[in-house]
Amino acid sequence: MMSTLLDVQNLWVKFPTRNGVFDAVRGVSFTLGRERLGIVGESGSGKSMTGRAILRLIRPPGIVEADQISLEGVDLMNLSEKDMRAVRGQRISMVMQDPKFSLNPVMTIGDQIIEAYRLHSSASKSEAYNKSLEMLEAVSIRDAERVMRAYPHEMSGGMGQRIMIAMMLIPNPEILIADEPTSALDVSVQRQVLDIMDKLVKERGMGLIFISHDLNLVADFCDRVLIMYAGRVVEVCDANKLHEAKHPYTRGLLNSLPRLDAPRDRLEVLERDPEWSEAPSVSGRI
Amino acid sequence: MSILDVSDLNVWFGKHRDRVDAVKGATFSVAKGESFGLVGESGSGKSTILRAITGLAPDWSGSIVVEGQQLTKKRPKAFFKTVQMVFQDPYASLHPRHSVDQVLGETLHLHGFKEIDSRVVKLLDDVGLGQKFRFRYPHQLSGGQRQRVAIARALAPEPDLLLLDEPTSALDVSVQAEILNLLADLRRDRGLTYVMVSHDLSVVGHMCDRLAVMKDGEIVEILDVAALRAMKATHPYSKHLLEASV
Repeated sequence: MMSTLLDVQNLWVKFPTRNGVFDAVRGVSFTLGRERLGIVGESGSGKSMTGRAILRLIRPPGIVEADQISLEGVDLMNLSEKDMRAVRGQRISMVMQDPKFSLNPVMTIGDQIIEAYRLHSSASKSEAYNKSLEMLEAVSIRDAERVMRAYPHEMSGGMGQRIMIAMMLIPNPEILIADEPTSALDVSVQRQVLDIMDKLVKERGMGLIFISHDLNLVADFCDRVLIMYAGRVVEVCDANKLHEAKHPYTRGLLNSLPRLDAPRDRLEVLERDPEWSEAPSVSGRI
Repeated sequence: MSILDVSDLNVWFGKHRDRVDAVKGATFSVAKGESFGLVGESGSGKSTILRAITGLAPDWSGSIVVEGQQLTKKRPKAFFKTVQMVFQDPYASLHPRHSVDQVLGETLHLHGFKEIDSRVVKLLDDVGLGQKFRFRYPHQLSGGQRQRVAIARALAPEPDLLLLDEPTSALDVSVQAEILNLLADLRRDRGLTYVMVSHDLSVVGHMCDRLAVMKDGEIVEILDVAALRAMKATHPYSKHLLEASV
């Protein structure tokens, strides 16, 4: 039995609106060990909100409720904002979806990575510089010294995302939440980035929550998968058995993908059943 | 008969020391009614080719021939009745403060159409949106609905050649299926020609008849979809790309 890093029980994220309270995440429970856990679903299914809620990044008027979100026995829900800041980045870090919005546009990339590193460690500037270079090379960025001097707008989306990954991994966190880390990247680069993340997760014994809309990628890359629909987990399965998934929603998603080996005239379009969003969440706890 | 002939196309940005050659010596032609794909990683110049064709990339050399007409720096008005483009990000390509009606109406007006009212209704029906979306603003639409509006806008001048720049990469897979089906239907019904840029080989495999593989601004290989499905790429880079996407 592997040790549990993170235990989430009955997580709800709510947003009050003019038309009543909107539940973005509805009673999600799962545990994370030293493994790669995938969360898949369409936009609006609450997968990103789940990731953000764990880091308590949801600001009022958004409401987060949970029986517990415990990181190695400490309930994050009860921590003060100051203690929470020590958790973010250092113990749990998050790679966001879009590097364009998550990098500071008026700061060089080098300065940003060095800042991220020095915030959490007492390294000297030159140490931090070398470590940053090393990290950029680890995410296979060519010409790292030039990139250190460059500003985010000079980078392509793919490079920006790799820089984000470098920045998030540099404090050596225990858990990495990756929110669509590779959806802005090319297939060939995607593999590289995934291999890097895979290596780091294995070497450092990190837990990874991999949020993605790409079923095939998740099936390939993760150990376990939660499938979310309308804020609920509709199915939990082992990643290598994803293609045998039973829930009609998962099946529909799988069938709507074009495939190189099986040409079809028309793609299947997903028919949504209102019942899917009514049924209670399936628990992903072990 | 080819509708689009591109030969020895070079596109660059910046000058002197900062010059970046985005496309180098690209040559391909697209037959009328065909669907042609451009694949490659980001920065390989695939979108730049589309932008050069529509006139959005000012510095280019070589020859672009559309329906027998050699293109010059300044595009004649008739050009935009032949060629239209659909952009990647439906969140960025629609004016946030223009309603769907304004977006389509203005396009029709600029192209000198009469009976704008009935044409807007028809366009919305054609892309499967219907009347009730006519007076909505982009923020009231989902990603898939926005992309349908963008497609309707491109169809407004009744073009023959549609340039599709990653039309579904910002969409969910289930919505992607709907948009790809719509594009396939439109092509069949209107006899359109597509040039489609995508990084997703399976999407290109589904939509296109032939495709060009690009790397670092150059077309390294042109192959047809049968060869793609059979994994019979010859160039090492295309092979690598194929292996990475299966």
